Amino acid sequence: MSVNRSDLNSTLPAGTAGGEPLHVTVADVRESASQERRDKLRSFLTNWQGVTGLALVLLFFASAIFAPWLAPYDPNALDIPARMSGPSWDHIAGTDQLGRDTFSRILYGGRVALKIAGIGVSVALVIGLVLGMIAGYGPRWLDNLLLLLFDTVRSFPTIVLALATVALTGPSLELVLIIVIVTSIPGYARVARTATMSLINTDFILAERSLGASTTRILAHHVMPNVAGPLLILAAMDVPVVVTVEAGLSFLGLGVLPPTASWGTILNEGYLVIRDTPWMVVAGGIPLILTTLGFTFLGEALRDVFDPRMRKGG
Amino acid sequence: MYIYLLKRLGLAVAVIGAVILVLFSLLHLIPGDPATIALGPRATPETIARYAAKMHLDDPIWKQLLVYAGNALTGDLGLDVFSERPVTAMIGERLGFTLALVFAGMGWAALLGIPLGCLSAIKPNSWVDRLTGILSVGAIAVPSFLVSIWALLIFAVQLRWLPAIGAGEPGDFSDQVVHLVLPAFAVGLGWVGYLARMVRASMLEVMGETYIRSARAFGLRPRKIVFGYALRVAILPTITLIGMGFGGLVSAAVFAEIIFSRPGIGKLIFDSVMSRNFPVVQGAVLVATALYIFVVLISDLVIAWLDPRVRESL
Repeated sequence: MSVNRSDLNSTLPAGTAGGEPLHVTVADVRESASQERRDKLRSFLTNWQGVTGLALVLLFFASAIFAPWLAPYDPNALDIPARMSGPSWDHIAGTDQLGRDTFSRILYGGRVALKIAGIGVSVALVIGLVLGMIAGYGPRWLDNLLLLLFDTVRSFPTIVLALATVALTGPSLELVLIIVIVTSIPGYARVARTATMSLINTDFILAERSLGASTTRILAHHVMPNVAGPLLILAAMDVPVVVTVEAGLSFLGLGVLPPTASWGTILNEGYLVIRDTPWMVVAGGIPLILTTLGFTFLGEALRDVFDPRMRKGG
Repeated sequence: MYIYLLKRLGLAVAVIGAVILVLFSLLHLIPGDPATIALGPRATPETIARYAAKMHLDDPIWKQLLVYAGNALTGDLGLDVFSERPVTAMIGERLGFTLALVFAGMGWAALLGIPLGCLSAIKPNSWVDRLTGILSVGAIAVPSFLVSIWALLIFAVQLRWLPAIGAGEPGDFSDQVVHLVLPAFAVGLGWVGYLARMVRASMLEVMGETYIRSARAFGLRPRKIVFGYALRVAILPTITLIGMGFGGLVSAAVFAEIIFSRPGIGKLIFDSVMSRNFPVVQGAVLVATALYIFVVLISDLVIAWLDPRVRESL
């Protein structure tokens, strides 16, 4: 993460403030920057929420990536005699109405969640970053047009927009991805726009412009590094939203289609037999909660460490 | 204030126009004959011909858009494909159930969340504060549809304390209230967390102001200071949050209505999606979105009325 001017000033070595003349060498700046990095790491590691969040996030990644090796059963293997059983040594999270092992299905469901979250968040981040910088740097009319576009997208409740689209195209994984991307872009774009606007009139951008740098160069080399930090924190906070949207749509039967295992489809199948066995909706919900909790903790800890100004909650 | 009012109203009208445009073009973006897509596989050639005539599908596309927008703005949202009843009437029957759910959910969340936030701010880092903080993050992190499923499992299926499905007997008020409890709990739970955190943060900020110190110096009781003076100012960001969060509330209500089989707008949209009844989907989505835009507009106007600084920002 790059350091902007105001951050640098606040971390200059002691004794340079006040009336004394400034003698700051490149080495001093490097030293203070690396000191700052160490401080940030320490403050992150002493934050129990951050460490818990990081652990849960790593668990999410590991269980999704290594699902084929970790899963005790094939997620689609049927075992009708053992159907709808509770937790046991053979099936630690029980089985569903077809006798499939719920724990194995949860592990494979994590892969769907990881795929949607990974692709969805990164594509939305890039598009939002570019659109936000254009809105912030470009002419006024373009800014207004983009703002209207963002406001329009944001005025659809996500699920309602998803339902309207699914009504026309039918459910699919690709559609879930598109919806996730389209609805997340405005969030990133707005943050990128505000940050860009606050940079436009700073001295180093003016200097660069007076040296004849092109708009593309200014945006790519000078604005983007300063805008990317807050956006990455926003991305961590956005993962729970994306995972929830996928699980929610799949729960409604409008996302991932059976027999593919997803946390949403497990919950859906569990909901249908909720009067017979509680275990499926219990087991299907736990990974969802752990994941959203993990990314929320991690995102908040990162925000507190790197950008106290972004703090909204307590 | 009047200039702000005009600008803000203009923006709301522009967004509504854009939403109508999006809903209209969704139908035309999908490859194929719009009438066949809109009416679904069950439509007969006669209904398709009638629909094409009614929607002016043989006219140029800009004319179709004008007809659609004109009809929508005058309250004609088309006809149900199956029963041929006006969509407006169907929505009217169900809107009350959705509004009751949304307001009950937000209401209990505000009644609990705002005082919790105040208590936390009065004694920062006390056990009340820490407990509220942890519970808030937990409440926010759990997806609302999972709260619905688990609440259904625990209180309706296992404990049998409350009814699982429906909205209660028409005309029997107490029965309707009993049916409202679980869905409203699920819709509001996350908001207890949001509100507690938001109120705590803005309350802490306000409590540092000089006029609060003066009030203390005059010997006013802490309760009087917090609820009589500080809360008035600290509540401002919370109003914005409630307005902006209304979209999420509608999404949560959609899930709660489907899970608890409550006859509201969300259930109507879902059922129509499942039966590919596109005119009903289109109409209900438009109403749900317009409702959201209206709520955001009201909350923005309340803020501008309370805080003169906001009026200059648009």
